[in-house]
Amino acid sequence: MTPRDPGSRNPDDPGNPGAQGAHAPGTRSTQDPGPHAPGAPGLGSRALVMARIRRALADVPRAETPGEVPVERTYHRVHGDRGSAETVDLLAEHLADYRAIVHRADTPDHTGAPEAPGAPGAPSLPALIARLLADRGATSVAVPPGLPASWLSDVPDAVRRVPDAAELTPHDLDAVSSVVTACAVAIAETGTVVLDAAPDQGRRHITLVPDHHICVIRVPDQVVGSVPEALERLDPARPLTWISGPSATSDIELDRVEGVHGPRTLEVILVGPQTAGRS
Amino acid sequence: MNAPHQATYLGMPAFPTAADASTRNTQLRANLRHATHTIRAKRASAVAELDDWSRLRAAGAAIKDRTLRHLDHYLERLESAVTAAGGHVHWAADADEANRIVTELVRATGEREVVKVKSMATQEIGLNNALATAGITAYETDLAELIVQLGDDLPSHILVPAIHRNRGEIRDIFAAKMAQWGRPAPEGLTDAPADLAEAARLHLREKFLNAKVGISGANFMVAETGTLVVVESEGNGRMCLTLPETLISVVGIEKIVPTFQDLEVFLQLLPRSSTAERMNPYTSTWTGTTDADGPSTFHLVLLDNGRTDTLADTVGRQALRCIRCSACLNVCPVYERAGGHAYGSAYPGPIGAILTPQLRGTQSEVDASLPYASSLCGACYEVCPVAIDIPEVLVHLRERVVEGGPASVRGTRAVIKPAKGHAAERAAMRAARWALDHPLVLRTGQRLASRTRRFHPRRLPGPGRAWSDTRELPSVPEESFRDWWQRTRGGSRTEGRKTT
Ligand code: SF4
Repeated sequence: MTPRDPGSRNPDDPGNPGAQGAHAPGTRSTQDPGPHAPGAPGLGSRALVMARIRRALADVPRAETPGEVPVERTYHRVHGDRGSAETVDLLAEHLADYRAIVHRADTPDHTGAPEAPGAPGAPSLPALIARLLADRGATSVAVPPGLPASWLSDVPDAVRRVPDAAELTPHDLDAVSSVVTACAVAIAETGTVVLDAAPDQGRRHITLVPDHHICVIRVPDQVVGSVPEALERLDPARPLTWISGPSATSDIELDRVEGVHGPRTLEVILVGPQTAGRS
Repeated sequence: MNAPHQATYLGMPAFPTAADASTRNTQLRANLRHATHTIRAKRASAVAELDDWSRLRAAGAAIKDRTLRHLDHYLERLESAVTAAGGHVHWAADADEANRIVTELVRATGEREVVKVKSMATQEIGLNNALATAGITAYETDLAELIVQLGDDLPSHILVPAIHRNRGEIRDIFAAKMAQWGRPAPEGLTDAPADLAEAARLHLREKFLNAKVGISGANFMVAETGTLVVVESEGNGRMCLTLPETLISVVGIEKIVPTFQDLEVFLQLLPRSSTAERMNPYTSTWTGTTDADGPSTFHLVLLDNGRTDTLADTVGRQALRCIRCSACLNVCPVYERAGGHAYGSAYPGPIGAILTPQLRGTQSEVDASLPYASSLCGACYEVCPVAIDIPEVLVHLRERVVEGGPASVRGTRAVIKPAKGHAAERAAMRAARWALDHPLVLRTGQRLASRTRRFHPRRLPGPGRAWSDTRELPSVPEESFRDWWQRTRGGSRTEGRKTT
């Protein structure tokens, strides 16, 4: 840590206006000329604010380090005791609570049972994605550069692929029907998916401007129970977007209404072995 | 486009005068009661889901205390982390300086319009007016802020600035005003919340798609990594943080948390306390700039504007823990009755009553009256996710108003003169009487009794001292404070009436 200005915490220091006390309200000491004093404005204010902070903290012992201020982390790492299948179920339930539409699909490299009315088992991922885009009437779909090619293999060529490229403008994206991405991690307790702009998710704007987002979560590997468990897996250097249900507002009479600026329809696909481990 | 006139808090009357006016406004009171009661019950159940809430709350308070006690250290770390990640850090000692920095940064882009995501700090400094003076139009994009801006109104709640408006009023504002600011409201707009949200979506879409400059605040800044965090619902935050080429964030210096891991506490405390959700729809984090993703230029303006004065007060310092969840407003009987505008600043309700007089000092009538805008019932403390003992700070500030004493004024230790006999004291007296005179406000008399007992006051500080004619307060179990007040009017009933 950077050592503090020696003496700045000491109220008995004659150089410290704190020891002098009797300024009329509103007067400034010579040590605090205010931000409008001549000189380099940016640097001046930095030094000024830092000096104010050090004077304000005169009661903090000079030798105290930040780590010595106690923080007890006695809260739970995760709430409740669940197996991985139950955690996935909880995620599905909490996603649905906030109006995300939840689907399940079988692992893409696994021959899923064909989707048929009344048939047990989940559809394959490519079949499900193709159906969701068709149901939506999507004419174009934004595609992150690292999205597994097989995911869109059942989508007809008539649905235009819009690769996430640097020259894509917000206006271009506004004309795109849907976007399909993977995610970085999902949180069961809060019903949250987190995107970290990795190649299978693309840059932030492709999941923002189109009105329909299909987000694929690999279960159970990408699902964690709690917020603390999620943060542990995430890299703060990457831009993160935490999504819990579609765009919503509580601004009219403090009641939640879905659908303002972000994608108004969020469909989440839980893809993975659908039989193993189910409770 | 020329922005219409924008409202300001400047020159607002002291709390009791403003509160009296809003108390007579039955529509406003009905709107407030409906909204705050709805959210209260929801918050309670969202909090009850976590059986370790009190531990999270204690950890939240402790992390903030650690940060505040070593704020200089953490600011230096933050600054170097943001700079290393490609951001530019600016320091603003006060509101004028912050406004000047932002104005110059916008001018340097050559743009005349900016999109804004709701930010308490930019409301506090009056940024929109400063930009307007420089010929720059700031578009508010949060739904409630849009309602306030279109209605030429002032925010009255931290989370839902237009909480004083019901759906019918919102419909009327949209229908009448949207055309002046851009795309008009759809024909035949109804007052269904979904239709109103759709109207806002269409109105703001073109602004987002064309925006070159975005302005935001931040809920948290991580010192260790230089990461900023914005917590929101609608997606307007994501739009402002992602689509523009230049992003300018104005953030109070107290918004720091030391580590990325510390977010695990606040991202559990904040959504449940504010919107009563397990998680808000969208949270964005960014660290400096990212190649070909989001703004290519990022400026962080670190704002003091009275925060260091607040920090200098060892009792009042805890107000800087605040994460602006607004739970204290939603449970406050005085807020429910008086409305947010009566508090005369961007920070209404219990947190405003302790924060504003510390940020601005207690020399003006409105600021001196704020510590009295409370019945000390303690409900705010109970719900506060970072355990700010608001009643304790209120009592402390009442002492300062009436008896004067040492305080930090713009970074300098000063001795505040007592307000005795001044307009400030009279305003404070009226505020106290206003709060004490309203039965609804005092229905929690028993809790008040237990609070006052905890503080073991010899007598009520401040004007309360004048009412009680310096005699000892009655012992708590024998008579509730409300009964005592109703019976005696604090011993100065006649005199009190005259000054009203
Ligand atoms: S004082 Fe506490 S309850 Fe009130 S807004 Fe701040 S954090 Fe929330």
